[in-house]
Amino acid sequence: MSTIKIRAKESNGVVTVKALMKHPMETGKRKDKKTGDNIPAHFIQEISGKANGSEVIVVHWGPAVSKNPYLTFAYNGSKGDKVELTWRDNKGNQDSKSVEVK
Amino acid sequence: MNRRNFLKKSFLTAAVLATTTSLLVTPKKTFAAWPKKSFDITDLGESIKSVYGHNDTTETTKVKLKAPDIAENGAIVPINIKTSLKNVESIMLFIENNPQPLSSGYNLTSKAVPSIGTRVKMGKTSNVIAAVKSDGKVYTASKEVKVTIGGCGG
Repeated sequence: MSTIKIRAKESNGVVTVKALMKHPMETGKRKDKKTGDNIPAHFIQEISGKANGSEVIVVHWGPAVSKNPYLTFAYNGSKGDKVELTWRDNKGNQDSKSVEVK
Repeated sequence: MNRRNFLKKSFLTAAVLATTTSLLVTPKKTFAAWPKKSFDITDLGESIKSVYGHNDTTETTKVKLKAPDIAENGAIVPINIKTSLKNVESIMLFIENNPQPLSSGYNLTSKAVPSIGTRVKMGKTSNVIAAVKSDGKVYTASKEVKVTIGGCGG
């Protein structure tokens, strides 16, 4: 199962991309209530958004972005474009998903 | 030319060639790696300085920052930033009273439309600052968001 839900819609030459990712976005400051140990930081650091293979946006996130993060961005494009989103976290995990612009 | 010198020279030439080629094949526009230093800074002024290299920012109504007046849940505060400024290189979002003010950064290519949205965590009531870099200058808009339940505790 992909960790990404993504939708891209064109209107007046502008494509709006909305994405939801499944990720804990741990800050590293929270404590485990049972053991009192720090929960290690685990968050998405970088997201790249591409349209038809060329980069549109590169996002850098810190731990202050909410759990199961949401991102929206826009670019000048058209229906049928292939939008691809890739995230990478501080542990080196990554996932990507692409969608056709409607 | 003896063998030793020849080898030395060919190594040097190879090294020089390698450097020049790597410079040549670098794409036109590359974005810096994840700026750990900027994300670690705990003071707003220092944080802005580490991102841009200076603190010279101009407040403008051309940057639109949409955030709630009161966030009931500090764990999910929706933020939208857009601007009518042209040639936008990046959009940065700072939250003054968070442990580290820099929350996120958005590097845009010329294809992108300068309009982004996300959801952030806020520990307590704070000024939220949207900074837009356009034509090499930094423009900001800010808004105070009141937080009733913080989002950084466990």
